[in-house]
Amino acid sequence: MIRFALRRLISLTLSLIVASIVIFAVIEIIPGDPAAFMLGVNARPDTVAALREELGLTASAPARYLAWVTGMLTGDFGTSYTYKTPVAGMIADRIWVSFPLAIYALILSTLIAFPAGIYAAARRGRLGDVSVMAATQLGVAVPNFWFAMIIVSIFSLKLGWFNAIGFPGWDAGFWPAIKALTLPAIALALPQAAILARVMRSSLLDMLNEDFMRTARAKGLSRRQALWRHAVRNAMIPVLTILGLQFAFLLAGGIIIEQVFYLPGLGRLIFQSIQARDLIVVESVVMLLVFTVIVVNFAVDIAYAAVDPRLRGRR
Amino acid sequence: MSLLTIRDLQLSIHGTPILRDVDLTVEAGKITAITGESGSGKSLTALTVMGLLPTGSETAGTVALDKVDVLKASEPELCAMRGNDMAMVFQEPMTALNPVQCIGDQVAEAILIHTKTTRAKARSRAAAMLERVGLPNDRFPLSRYPHELSGGQRQRVVIAMAIALRPKLLIADEPTTALDVTTQAKILTLLKELVSEFDMGLLMITHDLAVVADFADEIVVMQKGDVVEAGPTGEVLQNMQHPYTRSLFAASGHQVDLPDAMGAEPLLRVTNVMRDYPVPRKSLFSPPGVFRAVDDVSFDLGVGERVGLVGESGCGKSTLTKAILGLDPIQGGSITMGGAPVYTGKAPNRAVRRRMQVVFQDPYGSFNPRHRVDRLISEPFHLLDTPPLGEARQHAIATALEDVGLAADDALKYIHEFSGGQRQRIAIARALITEPDLIVFDEAVSALDVSVRAQVLDLLAELCRKRPFSYLFISHDLSVVRSVTDRVLVMKSGQIVEQGDTETVFTSPQHPYTQTLLAAAPVLPDLT
Amino acid sequence: MGNRGLIFGAGLSAVFVLLAAVSFVWTPYQIETFDIAEKLQAPNGTHWLGTDHFGRDILSMIMLGARTSIAVAIVAVGIGIALGVPLGLWAAARKGSLLDEVIMRGNDLIFAFPSLVIAILITAIFGPSAVNAIIAIGIFNIPVFARLTRGAALSLWERDFILSARVCGKSALRISWEHILPNILNLLIVQGTIQFSLGILAEAALSYVGLGAQPPTASWGRMLADAQTLASLYPHVALVPGVTIVLAVLGLNLLGDALRDRLDPRLRGRQT
Repeated sequence: MIRFALRRLISLTLSLIVASIVIFAVIEIIPGDPAAFMLGVNARPDTVAALREELGLTASAPARYLAWVTGMLTGDFGTSYTYKTPVAGMIADRIWVSFPLAIYALILSTLIAFPAGIYAAARRGRLGDVSVMAATQLGVAVPNFWFAMIIVSIFSLKLGWFNAIGFPGWDAGFWPAIKALTLPAIALALPQAAILARVMRSSLLDMLNEDFMRTARAKGLSRRQALWRHAVRNAMIPVLTILGLQFAFLLAGGIIIEQVFYLPGLGRLIFQSIQARDLIVVESVVMLLVFTVIVVNFAVDIAYAAVDPRLRGRR
Repeated sequence: MSLLTIRDLQLSIHGTPILRDVDLTVEAGKITAITGESGSGKSLTALTVMGLLPTGSETAGTVALDKVDVLKASEPELCAMRGNDMAMVFQEPMTALNPVQCIGDQVAEAILIHTKTTRAKARSRAAAMLERVGLPNDRFPLSRYPHELSGGQRQRVVIAMAIALRPKLLIADEPTTALDVTTQAKILTLLKELVSEFDMGLLMITHDLAVVADFADEIVVMQKGDVVEAGPTGEVLQNMQHPYTRSLFAASGHQVDLPDAMGAEPLLRVTNVMRDYPVPRKSLFSPPGVFRAVDDVSFDLGVGERVGLVGESGCGKSTLTKAILGLDPIQGGSITMGGAPVYTGKAPNRAVRRRMQVVFQDPYGSFNPRHRVDRLISEPFHLLDTPPLGEARQHAIATALEDVGLAADDALKYIHEFSGGQRQRIAIARALITEPDLIVFDEAVSALDVSVRAQVLDLLAELCRKRPFSYLFISHDLSVVRSVTDRVLVMKSGQIVEQGDTETVFTSPQHPYTQTLLAAAPVLPDLT
Repeated sequence: MGNRGLIFGAGLSAVFVLLAAVSFVWTPYQIETFDIAEKLQAPNGTHWLGTDHFGRDILSMIMLGARTSIAVAIVAVGIGIALGVPLGLWAAARKGSLLDEVIMRGNDLIFAFPSLVIAILITAIFGPSAVNAIIAIGIFNIPVFARLTRGAALSLWERDFILSARVCGKSALRISWEHILPNILNLLIVQGTIQFSLGILAEAALSYVGLGAQPPTASWGRMLADAQTLASLYPHVALVPGVTIVLAVLGLNLLGDALRDRLDPRLRGRQT
């Protein structure tokens, strides 16, 4: 088990290194000089040169890459070109919106999808199954940002249950903050829940055909008992993969949903930065997103081993 | 009053009749065996007794287990009976256990579900049961997972689970078919002991008549959903009434009329061959290990000679086959055919390769389902420098098909239109089309029913008479190897432990392993 | 069920392809010219689906938007198949080799960049455009097809008919082309349909946040972005493009599911 985790940890580190090189290289090939950009067209060349020096742009590319990475490791993400404030601080403010939103949506999606998928599988071919499947078919087809617009006009503008836009901040208290995130989380979660429920169902149905389910029935377990005690845990293996992928989608999807609700999260930060060509912010936020996805996938791998004893010994 | 009495059992699934008027009985402390070929309905009879038929099944008649009519019992009543009054062991031990639950919990679950007891007590009873079926707790603790056990050991776990509550009736559906012959013998002995120890009735389903003859008190022969013959084993064997029973036994003990072997000028020469597989390293920093699947194997195969290769699963016979066919490189020694190496440098030798062909076991997996038969069997032409074209190609395909007893028109069909036996004929046609000197038969008749198997083996002998060729016949089935080979090699743990003239090896085996193997193999009684 | 799903899915998909095709020769109105006097009309006899805040005919925009959606999705799936399938076949043919490892780890790496993140990076360099949306979605499709292909090909490589082809001296390239590819085609068609519908959703999302199609190119996602502040007063400007997307994606998904039921040999085997 420990060896398995170690091997995964090594490959995690490698992925992170390669990902950071890719991101750095992409930002590197962008034409234009940030220093000149920051100072505007009328700046004097010597001022630009001085700023270039100050921003560390004169060093060679590998040196700058190393500086960027070591900086990030110590929590220094550099200074924003436009706001002239530390990027780390800007990200830290935003993270407290984006991550809770993604986690909230993931919880909602799981809470909806697991019972729905298990219910449908247990009632294969019957009315309950057909209705759940029809609902998921629709859920998969709905763009989350449009769904967000619709529920805003219903629950905020028509019924007045929620504020349409904005976020009071966690300082305003836990429940007001959660309330502000509820509609965005539902908008994010429902389409993902539809996908997850479908995977859960089909994975369970695959298990129902397995020999060990027949063994369980021969022991005297009822259909329902066999499903819960033997099929569900085995069916978790493919479901975990999808859960891991979904976190990435929820994080990225959150960027779009934040636009609908005007939430001050990483999404708004990244779009503002793109418009302002504040590349150091873009670079750092993208790295953070990719870092999170890779770490979540690592967690999924470890969770696999917890579910499946066959993986513990090997690899 | 018998323990289990089946009377006039009818079964149809989605309107298709499967079983007609099935009658049979199982007595406490006795073994009743149902035998028959695939499609005879023997497994579905067993599932009917357990009440585990697929959806869409309709039954009529009575299935009385100790006065309770299973067919009329409700699902909760059946759940209470399953595992408690009646239990079942299945064919495939590799997939019959839940892979993510440890064996102790799986056995204990069978106890917990039917009795009001604590988890700890159930686990200690599970431990006792595992001990009883030959899995002592010091070597096989309850915390083991199925993937850590061999096929035979897993089957023991399944048996422990089934007998945990001492059911009155145990049903075993081909319990040893997936196992090696030595393991089979041990499992059969275990089952027999348990039957008398627990005074349990055993309904055993098997296609293997030798097992039936050795093992069962009563025998029931089924064909296409009908019971054609039933009675005490001795009587049925002595005095077979139904022609189907007679043909079944005749096919099982079928002796092939093989033409005499030719002079032993060597064709294939295998010298000190080694084949290693890398295995995962033991710790993060140790070098990767190797598993020696074939260890210093040497033998010759003469022109026109028919050689058998026997051994249990994992002994390295498939690995050796792949090396001979030039599919995998070897790590030591040499394999030559007619003096030329099969594998030169990094690539197989084309000139040598065109002199050999192969027939695989699985009649369903051996063909690309998207190609027509003419394309399938002409694939070996790829090896020729100037493959026949047009008329000549058509002619070659037609001849090959007719040689194996099929029609020239079959060339235009797709493979799914053929039965398993016909597919193996097509596989042989493919192997013969380039007239190779050597054909490797890798378990080529193992997946076939006995009657079809007898026909395919006869075809083999006939082809040998028409145009002599050598073959290497790999099989786990000793009786088949005995009837179709001149010489035999016995393989164990990557080594050839004994080789010699087939009759000599079978009548006076020298190596202890060969002796064990022969002793373990169930033998059909001589009925002539 | 399977048959109805196929007809319904294929029908819906065909309607959208048809809408896009007709838009090349005819749309009810020109959308390049604004007619502010006609703005924000609810659906009526002259403008069947109403007009937007510039007075443009929404039906015409939906038709032109279908063109953008289909174009982006097709090219993105094409990129995924053209690069992903050969990579997957190659990795499977050299299973366990360094090449296999490199291809698969490369795939994992791309998976760590959600398509939106790729789009953000590309936009940061080249600025927003429909072409960049295509590239972003296409890059994300590569590992999807590579993994699918490799997984399916690996199980085929174990099959006896592949061994038999190897005994007949056929090269890995030839076996991949002759035996593997035809046998995974079904899977690719089904996955292609799914990725196509995901492509439509992704294009809409990217255009919605301004990273995709730029005006004057019509796009369903852009229509929704324009509708955002108007949705509560003029619901049709948000409902029409949204429902259009739902129907298009639903149609493709139903088609994909029906094809899977039809083509999956495992399911087909169960029927016979």
